[in-house]
Amino acid sequence: MSVDSSDGHLAQLRRPFEGPNTLGNSSAFWAGLAVAVALLAAMPVVFGYYAAEVGAVFLAYALLGMSLAFIWGYCGILSFGQVAFFGVAGYAFGIVAINVSTLTGATLGLLAAVAVSTAFAAVLGYFMFYGGVRDVYVTILTLVVALVLFTFMGQTAGGEWAIGDARLGGFNGMSGVPDLGIGVGSVGLEVGLVGHYYVTLGTVVATYLGLRALVNSQFGYAMVATREDETRTEMFGYDTTFIKFAVFTIGGAIAGLGGVLFTTQNNYIDPSVFGITAAALPVVWASVGGRTSLLGTVGAALAIQFVDYQLAISGSEWALVFIGSLLVFVVLVMPEGVAPRLHDHVAEYREPNDPEPAETPAATDYPGGDD
Amino acid sequence: MAVSDPTIKTKPAVDETGRKSSRVLQTRDLRKEFGGLTATDDVDFALEEGELRCLIGPNGAGKSTFLNLLTGQLEPTAGSIYYDGHDITAMPSHERVERGISMKFQVPSIYEGLTVAQNLRVPLQQVVDDDFAVRTREILERFDLLAERETTASDLSHGQQQRLEIGMAMALEPKLLLLDEPVAGLSVEETAEIADLLCEIAADDGVALIVIEHDIDFVESIADRVTVLDQGTIFREGSIEEIKADPEVKRIYLGEDH
Repeated sequence: MSVDSSDGHLAQLRRPFEGPNTLGNSSAFWAGLAVAVALLAAMPVVFGYYAAEVGAVFLAYALLGMSLAFIWGYCGILSFGQVAFFGVAGYAFGIVAINVSTLTGATLGLLAAVAVSTAFAAVLGYFMFYGGVRDVYVTILTLVVALVLFTFMGQTAGGEWAIGDARLGGFNGMSGVPDLGIGVGSVGLEVGLVGHYYVTLGTVVATYLGLRALVNSQFGYAMVATREDETRTEMFGYDTTFIKFAVFTIGGAIAGLGGVLFTTQNNYIDPSVFGITAAALPVVWASVGGRTSLLGTVGAALAIQFVDYQLAISGSEWALVFIGSLLVFVVLVMPEGVAPRLHDHVAEYREPNDPEPAETPAATDYPGGDD
Repeated sequence: MAVSDPTIKTKPAVDETGRKSSRVLQTRDLRKEFGGLTATDDVDFALEEGELRCLIGPNGAGKSTFLNLLTGQLEPTAGSIYYDGHDITAMPSHERVERGISMKFQVPSIYEGLTVAQNLRVPLQQVVDDDFAVRTREILERFDLLAERETTASDLSHGQQQRLEIGMAMALEPKLLLLDEPVAGLSVEETAEIADLLCEIAADDGVALIVIEHDIDFVESIADRVTVLDQGTIFREGSIEEIKADPEVKRIYLGEDH
């Protein structure tokens, strides 16, 4: 990767976000990303409020997908229950914000919801990883947790299932969940429809950049090493149990953040967020987009949910068939996912035209730095 | 101590803390049982700083189990392990590594999906905060892998993979290096290269080594002393000449033609 002096500052700015653990470490990639974010930002202006409303839900799903790509793609933990943290955070926000009216409630709700989903993931992760649960058993256990929540929340229709003014509502769900807001009392910022879209988009971009920095840090190398061979990594002096615990907890926090943005957009949440269909979706997004690509998973979440939505509003029942077929196709044809496959093709195409000097400082820091 | 022969040379016991000026490792009555099977049977073993010790014995003698007890991959049923004067018996693996115990596994245990440089980065970042490029280059030069720097580890030859793993183990700058069959499957030339490398590590870096090996010619070319394990116990201990001349060792392990 050669950098001329004119974009030296930009290269420095990019540096923490680049490394062999992420695809896309070139100027062209960052320019493409900036264009994509700008197009997403322009969407409410071009397509109107309704597009912002639907788009915000897709972006909240993208956060959920990223949380799985982070723990599965980078640390080898296939959680089939990321929706548990997503949904628990949504309910937690509703309970706090309905009971504490005004902006104070929305602010406290946001903090409490992310804290609850993080703590939930930490407790579950602690018992799983320190209890020696590994591999496919983690997958089964996390799915069971989501399904238990689905069953439990489904039977909360009775009037006795209320926390203060917040009725859990069983399969009818919890309605009247306030909008997102930051402030105390009536002083602060209430996030409206379009504002919510931009907050969600900003959160997705910030989370993406934050995770890129994390996976390219020393901790990121330890995560990848743990994914590749846990025993070997432990014999290099890494506490792999703690690494998995920490990664799983961070994943729970991100999924929780997505859950809050999802619930506040809809002003509603019901137990279907914990259901088997919802639980499978993040796995599909990460598989199709490429679990080792955060951005690939985001793209897959947005694209798949868009098609799913179009199929649903057209009145057809083909949405799940489409998603299932897509998953089977990708697993058979490109098991690593679309983004890594695309990256390989681009690299092959560029290689003859763009030979990388072996001894540049960037090349000595990480290999294959240019895609 | 359930040793089978009174001629075994045992080291003097360590003091309360297990510390001896030049003793890097000592086990006391170390025992590991798997159900009804005793894989390691009250083993007393000692190793000095910079010593290169080979561990030999027939299949099932408990060699790998013994090494796994030292690394913490297995928990002993009874007994103690002292390393550098400290009791590490209950210490988790990763903490033992932080204190300077490093391991090369029997099957080349490298990150096959990562490049050679990325492989080295994993142990290196445990001991240096920066300058990965400089240290990586030094290690690659020493282990003759500089040209393979950006090669995916799975594409390396078996001999290169063995060298890479030893390089990764040495990147941790250990005091004690444990190697489980480091020349298994290597050609005569590659075996000789590894022999030179291990002797150099012991002599120049002052690292103590325990090497499990079946190839008695290889053992002869590197070992200061040899320990023979049989049925979980230390059967003999001595110089390679003493071991080779011992008729009982010949009978259980070397075969009459040696």
